[in-house]
Amino acid sequence: MNISFNWIDELARLRGELRDPRALAERLTMTAAAVEKIETVGAGLDGIVVSRVLETRPHPNADRLTLCRVDRGAGEVLDVVCGAPVVVPGAFYPHVAPGGELPAGFRIESRKIRGELSHGMLCSEAELELGRDKGGIMRLADGLEPGTPLAAALGLPDTRLTLDLNPNRVDLACHMGVAREVGGPPSPRDFRGPAWSPEWRDGESEVSGAGVTVRIEDLGRCPRYMAAVIRGVRVGPSPPWLAGRLLAVGARPISNVVDATNYVLHECNQPLHAFDLARLSGAEIRVRPAAAGEPLMTLDGQEHKLSPDQTVIADRDRAIAFAGVMGGLDTEVTGDTVDLLIECASFDPAGVRRTRTGAGLSTDASYRFERGIDIHAQERALARCVELILATAGGEADLIGLRAGPAPVPAAPIDVRVSRVNQVLGFGLDGAAVLAALEPIGFEALPGADGGDGAGGAADRLRVSVPGWRTDVAREIDLVEEVARRVGYDAATGQDRRFRPSAVPADPRVEKAVRVRDLLTGRGLLEARSLSFMPEDYRGNRAVVSVPNPLSAEESCLRSAMVPVLLRRLEHNYARGNRNVRLFELGTVFGYAAGPGREEEADGTGRFEESGRVGAVVAGARRPDHWSGPGLDFDLWDLKEIAGSFADRLCGATLEPLDGAGAAEAAGSGASLAGPWLSRGGFRAVKDGRTVGVAGAVDLASVDAPPWAAPAFALEFDLASVEGRPVPAYRKTSPFPAVRRDLSMTVPRGVPAADIERAAREATSDLLRDVRLFDVYSGEEIEGGRLGLAWTFRFRAPDRTLTDREVESEMSALSNALEERFGARIRRS
Amino acid sequence: MTPAGASLLDRLAAIEGEGLAAIGEAADSAALESARVEYLGRNGRLADVMSLIGTVEARARRDVGQRANAVKTVLRGALEARAKALESATRGPSARIDLTLPARGRWVGGVHPVTRVIDEICEIFAELGFTSVLGPEIESTWYNFTALNIPLDHPAADMMDTFYLDKDVVLRTHTSPVQARVMETFRPPVRVVVPGLAYRRDSFDPSHAPAFEQIEGLAVDEGVDFVEFRAAIEHFVHHFFGRGTKSRFRPSFYPFTEPSAEVDVSCAVCAGGGCSTCKRTGWITIMGSGMVDPAVFKAVGYDPERYTGYAFGMGPARIAMVRHGIPDMRLLYEGEMSFLQQFT
Ligand SMILES: [Zn+2]
Repeated sequence: MNISFNWIDELARLRGELRDPRALAERLTMTAAAVEKIETVGAGLDGIVVSRVLETRPHPNADRLTLCRVDRGAGEVLDVVCGAPVVVPGAFYPHVAPGGELPAGFRIESRKIRGELSHGMLCSEAELELGRDKGGIMRLADGLEPGTPLAAALGLPDTRLTLDLNPNRVDLACHMGVAREVGGPPSPRDFRGPAWSPEWRDGESEVSGAGVTVRIEDLGRCPRYMAAVIRGVRVGPSPPWLAGRLLAVGARPISNVVDATNYVLHECNQPLHAFDLARLSGAEIRVRPAAAGEPLMTLDGQEHKLSPDQTVIADRDRAIAFAGVMGGLDTEVTGDTVDLLIECASFDPAGVRRTRTGAGLSTDASYRFERGIDIHAQERALARCVELILATAGGEADLIGLRAGPAPVPAAPIDVRVSRVNQVLGFGLDGAAVLAALEPIGFEALPGADGGDGAGGAADRLRVSVPGWRTDVAREIDLVEEVARRVGYDAATGQDRRFRPSAVPADPRVEKAVRVRDLLTGRGLLEARSLSFMPEDYRGNRAVVSVPNPLSAEESCLRSAMVPVLLRRLEHNYARGNRNVRLFELGTVFGYAAGPGREEEADGTGRFEESGRVGAVVAGARRPDHWSGPGLDFDLWDLKEIAGSFADRLCGATLEPLDGAGAAEAAGSGASLAGPWLSRGGFRAVKDGRTVGVAGAVDLASVDAPPWAAPAFALEFDLASVEGRPVPAYRKTSPFPAVRRDLSMTVPRGVPAADIERAAREATSDLLRDVRLFDVYSGEEIEGGRLGLAWTFRFRAPDRTLTDREVESEMSALSNALEERFGARIRRS
Repeated sequence: MTPAGASLLDRLAAIEGEGLAAIGEAADSAALESARVEYLGRNGRLADVMSLIGTVEARARRDVGQRANAVKTVLRGALEARAKALESATRGPSARIDLTLPARGRWVGGVHPVTRVIDEICEIFAELGFTSVLGPEIESTWYNFTALNIPLDHPAADMMDTFYLDKDVVLRTHTSPVQARVMETFRPPVRVVVPGLAYRRDSFDPSHAPAFEQIEGLAVDEGVDFVEFRAAIEHFVHHFFGRGTKSRFRPSFYPFTEPSAEVDVSCAVCAGGGCSTCKRTGWITIMGSGMVDPAVFKAVGYDPERYTGYAFGMGPARIAMVRHGIPDMRLLYEGEMSFLQQFT
């Protein structure tokens, strides 16, 4: 929202530091609406004056150029070549003389154009940096004194403030509204000229007078419609002060009539529309729902096909405007217009929203109607517009004003308790301070409530009226906010309060996530975060939740597993030429509930289920390259360590082998952790008979990998299976030395190493502290069908040095057990 | 095994232990040589035992022999290692090795920069008695909008373009619905921070993501006022951004708070002078906040006359961008190793 500093200054009579636009911007930012931008409008116009084109003739050597005799005041008459499509003899335009400069710094000299000498130039709005209009030179109102500096005539330079309005403060979308915030109430002198005070003719939904009839067919869509009729206007350029105001707020001056309606919009927020009365068939205004398929061409030249949920202004025969949004091209005010009908109406916000979204439009008018206008100030706004038109375009206003629709009911007063203000704010204000905050912005103290006199005495309960422009204020708490704002949010600094700690227990999932991050970052993995979406084709066997209104096909579903999403991150790294990838991510996965859903079945969320997951993917070098020799890549046993530690340390689960068939079966179940990536099998973590995690080599078919990529490995665990941090009990460490025994054996192929280790532990006492497999070998020296395994066993007692005899007896028990159970052959060397 | 065989095995164990100790303690090559002579010399202690093997009965002889050989190998290895250590200690290592050669590296893992921001925020508010809670990402329109005083057809709904999964089911557009869930379940004092993902139909561009982290805060009790609110936020700003950071509160609008405020902190890049990070204003907006609207208390069954409170919401991704000077939000979600490595 653009605001002119000069305009505010005129309305609010700014005093003190607020006369500096930066200070004004700061005040607005801290109490009302943030100022996003401060810029100067109309700088660099020094050498540019109002000039009058005395006569024109065609350029002898160029069709599109015109030779002009230009009077730039003080008897100075110059020849100027002009390239504008239209130059009107006798009209007034800005002129820059030879030796002068345009605001952009472009220096103008006398020069020959196609053989004719041109002294300076006539300028367009764009050349003067006053607007975007490059279509032609900027026509000024007639009757100005040639030689008048342009800037002075336009009331420039000015400072433009761009406000970022909060959605509830539409009242700040006009200069009166901003002036109220920073000054006192505006003075009557803002209404120049004789007031137009017509005889109002009222009707419940239909009213006639001044030669026209207004009928509202649906008071729900249009509670009120006022009209004024002006006859005999001369449409032309606006006077420079008015044009200058519109330029200062970034609007384009069009004609005195249209500019007057725009001026009132920017002054007091009421959207107005001027119709060319002669083009209304039947001299009739009807506010009605649009007929299905009815055509309407709007001012911007767009053709629309209407639907019945849109509201239109129509004459006897056809739609002539979108109600509260934009006028039609056919009835717009043109240079030939003589008689006007000025509309000043109020439309239902939701209806305006439907009308404009259906038309694909958003305008200054619709913005205001959707948020609420001051329905009590409409007569004043219409009168203001009529005055401006009479003053700038002449004509005669009919003495009858039309008002259709019931008179608006004043907003109910609000009781505000001083104690409540202090309960919420803690500012320690008294009644007088509360009123002092509210009254300058239009809230008036009324007698009533606690029997207070309205002067803010000892009474706790104050009653205040709500000004019509504050459609956002309806409750006591709304007034509390007004007080806070006006006293200043910074009034609350430098004080402390005692507080009671929360009665809400921390969610255990927060600590679980920390444990997961610690474990995986400790293994050199980096945490990734990705969007929760995926394209449909990642779904595998699982019914995924599709998003009915996705942004793109790539994001058409919610992820049902973490690994597929991480594999896309892996591919991204491949695309950047990186073969060493170690990523993990914690996140939510989504699906449809299999059985009964969450407890809120009734609200529709029960159809869905979501759960916390962690996924990880590793590929490439196990350690960074080093000059001392080639390094190794991550392999299945590195993955087994990560997955095994996760299962054991975080979940209390055991890792078991999972073959390809088992993986496919696991992928098929509803809450599947596995996916097509695991088709070669790997591991699963089992807890209480339930699979809580899977891990394995990534099937190459599920990744788009370059030839240089190393094998990739991935895991996915259910976060719900992660347990809280355990508190381990101390176990005495032994000061006595451990005794180590190595044992080589061959076993038939197919005997699982884990079974051998378990059997070794079962066959020995608790003196066996550690079992480690240090070699697996096969080859010619091994008998056919057998595999060589070499183990180290460590024995240790907590209270003594073990004797060889004790260790030997443990070892022979162990050897016997392995020989008996697995047919192991112990090798003696 | 006979007593003779067993006692020889015990002796071998003692020789191994004591020999290793003597070798380890040898301070120079002379001491090392005398240890060698004592344990491995022609008439040393190991040779003594070897000479007795013949006295053991045949069945145990092989075991004792194997063990004796093993002890010999261990002691020889230790002697060699100790000799090398003594040699390099006297010469100094730099004489032979270029110590400027690069070290052997290892991969360093780490959490995402946004996680770090979230964790720090939660820790700072924990000092003020806040607990961390979580809530669902698939949410009903009741919790996401209605309970927060947001009518479904209000222009305020314009601020949030929503992913609807079903007529009454959305991907939550903010973490605020957890406020309502917490208040329905617990009585004051309520002080919670709620980190989590939220979703809006924003296209993925340098400053927007359709799924993004948010962290919500809520404090409700008797006597919680704007002054406490301001003090708590100032505490946070000082601990998170540094004690020299200034903060300011300015009017804003949210359907679920009143008065509403946006909180700005002074720009650390330009110290308030104006730069591109702060869009030349000298301030960076870090949160939307305000006093909880009484309508929200009514919706969850709290007495708005008895309880007051404040709520706030922050975007940890945006804060991480400001903190690390990250110019494009999309970088945070690409999972590129060379990007993530920078924040470990
Ligand atoms: Zn800055």
